Amino acid sequence: MTSSAAATSLSSHGSARPIVEMTAHELLALQERGELTAVAIAEAFLTAAQQLEVHLRSFLWLDAEEVLRQAQAVDLRRRSGQPLGPLAGIPVAIKDVLCTKGIRTTCASRILANFVPPYDAHVIERLKAADAILFGKTNMDEFAMGSSTENSAFQQTRNPWDLQRIPGGSSGGSAAAVAGCQAPVALGTDTGGSIRQPAALCGIVGLKPTYGRVSRYGLIAYASSLDQIGPMAHDVTDCALLLQVIAGHDPRDSTSAPLPVPDYRGRLNEPVRPLRIGVPREFFDKGLDAEVESLVQQALRQYEKLGAKLIEVSLPHAPYALAAYYIVAPAEASSNLARYDGMHYGHRTRHKADLIGTYAKSRGEGFGKEVQRRIMIGTYVLSSGYKDAYYRKALKVRRLIKQDFDQAFEQCDVIMGPTSPTPAFRIGEKINDPLAMYLSDVYTVSCNLAGLPGLSIPCGFTREGLPVGLQLLGPPFSEETLLRIARMYEAVTDWHTRRPKLPVPPSPVTS
Amino acid sequence: MSLSREEVLKVARLARLELAEAEVAAFQAQLSAILDYVAQLQQLDTVAVEELAHPLPLTNVFRPDEERPSLSVEEALQNAPQRLGDYFAVPAILGSDEGPVSH
Repeated sequence: MTSSAAATSLSSHGSARPIVEMTAHELLALQERGELTAVAIAEAFLTAAQQLEVHLRSFLWLDAEEVLRQAQAVDLRRRSGQPLGPLAGIPVAIKDVLCTKGIRTTCASRILANFVPPYDAHVIERLKAADAILFGKTNMDEFAMGSSTENSAFQQTRNPWDLQRIPGGSSGGSAAAVAGCQAPVALGTDTGGSIRQPAALCGIVGLKPTYGRVSRYGLIAYASSLDQIGPMAHDVTDCALLLQVIAGHDPRDSTSAPLPVPDYRGRLNEPVRPLRIGVPREFFDKGLDAEVESLVQQALRQYEKLGAKLIEVSLPHAPYALAAYYIVAPAEASSNLARYDGMHYGHRTRHKADLIGTYAKSRGEGFGKEVQRRIMIGTYVLSSGYKDAYYRKALKVRRLIKQDFDQAFEQCDVIMGPTSPTPAFRIGEKINDPLAMYLSDVYTVSCNLAGLPGLSIPCGFTREGLPVGLQLLGPPFSEETLLRIARMYEAVTDWHTRRPKLPVPPSPVTS
Repeated sequence: MSLSREEVLKVARLARLELAEAEVAAFQAQLSAILDYVAQLQQLDTVAVEELAHPLPLTNVFRPDEERPSLSVEEALQNAPQRLGDYFAVPAILGSDEGPVSH
């Protein structure tokens, strides 16, 4: 490796900025103008990723040679005048829940510690076709179950804004990698807030698309009626770029929506006017941190200055969303994770036992505590005698939650509120109290239950310097409008341009 | 509500999970607290409400029944915990307390 993380590039107005602090759209423009090569970009991010990894522990796997090989191929094609895809030369960090052919995919679980997928997820095929650079696999809560990335079987990812704090979860590795400038953009997945909550806690933009917008083929399942893959980036434009590449119908996922994909970037800078913002009183309830509330209120006032009209809306069943979620998601998980039986792939116990005993020992050894907890809850609520009282009841409440949103969107174009009730908490603070941890998802789960698109954008910092996120929820398949509304705020604020100051060790650390 | 030790062990059996002794007690307390929390749904009257299993109005998604390439035997077996030639080796199911077949 020749260049260092301090590699800079002169922008059009002459000021030098580190390559690693740039957005994907800036890096694309510099390559198109011939001012930067894909290899220079890859080298800058590899150096930063390796140097900062000692602090952040964002990556479960990163192969510098493989990254450089991809970057050289892009440069070669550019030099020979061949057409290139829309993400040419852009490093994209991948949450380790997405299958990558020939590259270990673990879900941060011991049960998949040695699993090498024989195929690529749909979104990975799309990234490759777009000439993006696959830039490592990121840490996460095991099987995407958690809100702090503390449930990884392998390592603790830290928040780039305060290394004593969690990055959020479950896509905590992807969020920390982008916020810490180890990669310009990343893919995450969101079942109950796992893109939006870590994006908020790390001060970046995260989008959970409408259920069905992005194919789940090759996404290792947690809760199939809630899971969605989405982009995590420094700004709204990069989210639009990435969504453009991964969205669209795929017959291999029968829940993938057969709908055309709009041009997300085309009218991105056109403000939405008139704009009616629904503000649900249920999202400003007790349990909301006072500083978070104040920053979210300031963001709403900013929208008013931009000409938006604030409308009080009611989501009367929103307070029940978390309870419904913690029945539906574990129920689906207990069914989905039944496949890990130690027979065809994954961990098999070394202890001798009969068939059932081999299943039980393999699963007992391979799954971490939180995954076991959710499998247990899911099994209980689906078991004979309890299914009606818990699971079917939760599905009925799910409909009430969706109806609340349908009614609210008759009066407004977007619903806004906090993404997370608190800023990032300390590592270890909630690990022994599962219910307290679940409450981190109180504002994000209703969006998954209703299948809506949801976006978190940075809207300020607490006095301690911790980022806070504003959540935007839209009607199904309204991503184009949602991104435009988010861009209106971004265009008049500079939160998205802030980067954390991280201590760089004296010599590069190789892992 | 409070889950008994026997109930936790029964659910673990259904879930095919072997729990360490310390986990049984921890799960008893934690699962009880979580079930107490989710029990708040009982406050809602849902008699006239239809279940919603899935948020998209998609039904009966079909595809043409055509032959397509699938994984090769090698690819399918590449992650096998134990293989025997072109097969997955598994513990004996009937009439043996031995481990995986070895003949």
